[in-house]
Amino acid sequence: MSNRSHSVSEASNASYKASNLSFNMSQPLVHLVVILMSLAWVLPTLGLLTSSVRPPQAVANSGWWTVFLNPFDFTQFTLANYRQVLGQTGMARGFLNSLAITLPATFLPMLLGAFAAFAFAWLDFPGRKALFIIVVGLLAVPLQISLIPILRLYSRAGLAGTFAAIWLAHTAYGLPFSVYLLRNFFGSLPGELFEAAYIDGASPAAAFFRLALPMSGAALASLGIFQFLWVWNDLLVALIYLGGSSSVAPLTLVLSSLVGSYGQQWHVLTAAAFVTMIVPLAVFFSLQRYFVRGILAGSVKG
Amino acid sequence: MIKRVRSMRIGRGWGALFAGPALLLVGLYLVYPTMNTIYLSFLDQRSEHFVGLDNYARILTSEATLSAFRNNLLWLAVFTVGTVVLGLMLAVLTDRIKYEAVAKSIIFMPMAISFAGAGVIWKFVYAYTPPGVNQIGLLNQIRAVFGSDPVAWLIARPWINNLALIAVGIWIWTGFAMVILSAAYKGIPRELMESARVDGANEWQVFRSISFPALAPTVAVVATTMMINVLKVFDIVYVMTNGNFGTEVLANRMYKEMFEFRNYGQASAIAVVLFLAIIPVMLVSIRRFREQEVH
Repeated sequence: MSNRSHSVSEASNASYKASNLSFNMSQPLVHLVVILMSLAWVLPTLGLLTSSVRPPQAVANSGWWTVFLNPFDFTQFTLANYRQVLGQTGMARGFLNSLAITLPATFLPMLLGAFAAFAFAWLDFPGRKALFIIVVGLLAVPLQISLIPILRLYSRAGLAGTFAAIWLAHTAYGLPFSVYLLRNFFGSLPGELFEAAYIDGASPAAAFFRLALPMSGAALASLGIFQFLWVWNDLLVALIYLGGSSSVAPLTLVLSSLVGSYGQQWHVLTAAAFVTMIVPLAVFFSLQRYFVRGILAGSVKG
Repeated sequence: MIKRVRSMRIGRGWGALFAGPALLLVGLYLVYPTMNTIYLSFLDQRSEHFVGLDNYARILTSEATLSAFRNNLLWLAVFTVGTVVLGLMLAVLTDRIKYEAVAKSIIFMPMAISFAGAGVIWKFVYAYTPPGVNQIGLLNQIRAVFGSDPVAWLIARPWINNLALIAVGIWIWTGFAMVILSAAYKGIPRELMESARVDGANEWQVFRSISFPALAPTVAVVATTMMINVLKVFDIVYVMTNGNFGTEVLANRMYKEMFEFRNYGQASAIAVVLFLAIIPVMLVSIRRFREQEVH
């Protein structure tokens, strides 16, 4: 893996700044472009957040930006939309379902992926090389190719519409990336380490649990965030395998059905959308460094 | 890259035990279904009778799927170019400012939220009310400020609504391109750029003759990732238009064939087409991996 600066914040300190380049770059233009793009990126989300705390009448009849005419008039804000969304639309249930789906579906592919990655990096078994090449190939496979056969298996086994169905599916779909990422990481650990452990009589299991895993905190964190966000934000897999059963529907599924049933009631939709975003945004802003690291490790191997 | 120590290759049983569960799941959920879907694509809608290439013939002749093909091609061109160009631009420009970390966080943030959530965010940006009434959608308000009539962004076909959807995709994925390209950009030796500047090259010449050639392999990787994303694009379309008004894409069409029309043969054939489209990418990534292993 590379030693390049891996986080957005680290990166900012790492390099030259324009002020050091006293050359002909038109610096005001740089600021203008970056600020305009930042605005284009942040305004849509800001509009959503603002509307979610405005009364229904206000949301329907005036633009969200009008609140900034009197930014300190707090009477124009309300939490009623959130109360409605959590109370009446199944979002509260959806939130719990999302947690119930996401936690096991993050942990399992990390664990099984770590086992397999360790085997690919440091153990021997029949077909090791060929199997890993298949795993690399599967990184790009569109999930669509597996939906019908798996759904049929699930229907036959009575698993459609259960948490187990979606845990297993997300685990399997997450495994190629998990194995790929961790295998590269384990492979970069010094071999002498394991050699010494074996000479001391340690088993591969001991080498895995006592040496490899404790050294992989950062790699596991990157992978974990990736998988967590992927599962939390997934719509397709939930839509197919959980279908219409609202008792197990995660937030994304509830939100997409609200878009159908609440069409133009933006006070509901904005609050509902924000509920789906709270957890991933918290994860993103607190652990951004690991997220960036995962992206870099997964796409450009240094 | 990996120096495997000989004495560590102990007990094949351990290796199989460690790799077994993952390989079993991947086999069951990805390898077997791929073969099964290919098989189903040659059967009729209830998977009872062999129909040869009928499903494929219908895909290539029905207006619904043809329009999905065209839209996926439009996505392929606009989305891929858009994310790569904007990502490249931001990678280079944010390197020259003091608030780099803040700007990058803002651009990168949409990567954290769901496509469904992003769909709602942008549906609201595109909201339309008739002229003369207060606009509540940001984009139509901006038009109103300039005295233009509001546009029904998600309905006006064929270009405006498809481009409106693609813009959402670009909004989500540009941060990804930027992060990867930015890391690569910071890896270019500064002395190279400096000496070119000393020799009198302007910034554009420095970019064209030094930065871009150095970034080209990374640009290729990012563009490949974006192309894969295009083939899988589903959530944005499903949530925002459900493929109506001429905005259909292949993945959404497959979903409809599956659940609305219960035509498993047709749905499988679409899935196989997506799979075939991705095979070149798979082969390239396998080859890149093997080259890396040799070094």
